[in-house]
Amino acid sequence: MRAVITVAGKDQVGIIAAVTKELAEQNVNVLDITQTILPPDFFTMVMLVDAGACKVPFGDLADLMSDLGRRLGLNIHAQREDTFNAMHRI
Amino acid sequence: MINSSEVLQTIEMFDRQHLDIRTITMGISLLDCADPSQEAACRKIYDKICRRAEKLVSTGQAIEKEFGIPIVNKRVSVTPISLVAAASDCTDYVPFAAALDKAAKTVGVNFIGGFSALVQKGFTQSDRKLITSIPEALATTELVCSSVNVGSTKAGINMDAVAEMGRVLKKTADLTAASGGFGCAKLVIFANAVEDNPFMAGAFHGAGEPECVINVGISGPGVVHHALQQVKGQPFDVVAETIKKTAFRITRMGQLVAREASSRLDVPFGIVDLSLAPTPAVGDSVARILEEMGLEVCGTHGTTAALALLNDAVKKGGVMASNHVGGLSGAFIPVSEDEGMIAAAQQGALQLDKLEAMTCVCSVGLDMIAVPGDTSAETLSAIIADEAAIGMVNSKTTAVRLIPAPGKKVGDMVEFGGLLGSAPVMPVHPFSSSAFIQRGGRIPAPMQSLKN
Repeated sequence: MRAVITVAGKDQVGIIAAVTKELAEQNVNVLDITQTILPPDFFTMVMLVDAGACKVPFGDLADLMSDLGRRLGLNIHAQREDTFNAMHRI
Repeated sequence: MINSSEVLQTIEMFDRQHLDIRTITMGISLLDCADPSQEAACRKIYDKICRRAEKLVSTGQAIEKEFGIPIVNKRVSVTPISLVAAASDCTDYVPFAAALDKAAKTVGVNFIGGFSALVQKGFTQSDRKLITSIPEALATTELVCSSVNVGSTKAGINMDAVAEMGRVLKKTADLTAASGGFGCAKLVIFANAVEDNPFMAGAFHGAGEPECVINVGISGPGVVHHALQQVKGQPFDVVAETIKKTAFRITRMGQLVAREASSRLDVPFGIVDLSLAPTPAVGDSVARILEEMGLEVCGTHGTTAALALLNDAVKKGGVMASNHVGGLSGAFIPVSEDEGMIAAAQQGALQLDKLEAMTCVCSVGLDMIAVPGDTSAETLSAIIADEAAIGMVNSKTTAVRLIPAPGKKVGDMVEFGGLLGSAPVMPVHPFSSSAFIQRGGRIPAPMQSLKN
């Protein structure tokens, strides 16, 4: 099952490391990453992942990612890819 | 693959523009719960709702979390109780409302609709008992919503029912005076009521509906407002196109949630209701969309035209995004639930007469409007009659949800809290409609009814 993880907030050292570490621990495979800084220092990242073999139910992964976001002072969402396909693809 | 700007656009709609699914409503038929014993009927009603809706709330929460789509309300609608209770040997229907309330609390939904009667052409004995029980039922329960259909394009308007509902409103307000007449916020008086509406307080599970069904109501005034801010000063062709595209996106979310809920609960999908339903939160207002089109304040000249465009464009955009569209579908204009409407009413820019005109072109009617506590039952009935006439002649649903707030005068505020917001008390005409209402009888169905 594919999912999209979005990260947004003030840039700091170690965001990608922290996010990918958590994903690896849950056995979630990263398929694609788009990351950019909006001047002066607003970090945004969109990741496409395969959560088919995730160790925990997807709802729990979504909670883990929001908790990580709170710890880092960032907004992190993990949502099933269907949400975005529904809105943007006919 | 979806590109990152599309992803971020969606995230912003959820995080900043109040995009949400307003309600997942499970419709449940209670026709098989009829029983000569009221006690047995109430037990069957309670058991059936608890059995059918057991997993409704938890399923809604799981979908919310996995898809990242906020789902504000989970609700239940049931067969109009006047039909189910007709078999029971009793005169007081309040115990049926109590059974609904208890079941709603057990399954954890925040409203249950269907303490209802359809009397557009006349009353059955059961309809009369139900209507007489409404004030006490609404005063003694928390989550039960009631509705009465008094007119339709096919049947005309039952003016005896219109007269009765004015009195019912007054009594309901009196019995719930301590909370500003809150009972009336749970009572809708319809013309052309629809059988699959997922929104409260007017939801019920019509007689033509299946055993059990999932209907979803969307929302999203904030998203439309934001989209229109990007096309300032451009012609209405552009405005309409922008609203259509936005409505399409919002509705696709509704369709996704409806499909998922239907499959997880193993209950057929009924409809998506494409309604722009405001909340009292800043940035979630239908009035502000109309103002974004170029009106200084909602309620001024031009408001009806702006609302007509909005209502139509929402439907055109949404209809392709879902395989079954139904319910009320359009724009809601509940005064107390819309931050911009409240502000416009407080300034005196938005009056009852303008709201009545607006109901000719939007999806419902005079909704969540507080009027002075000393408004007579006949005046309330006359307001209901006007609204029903608009619905009847235009072959559309109209509804009246008025709160004659006890002890309140024009300019006072009535606080309901939560999604129901706060209502500025609006003036009604001081001249009497009493002799008009006292005539009774039926207003015949219009020529539009003879389509066969």
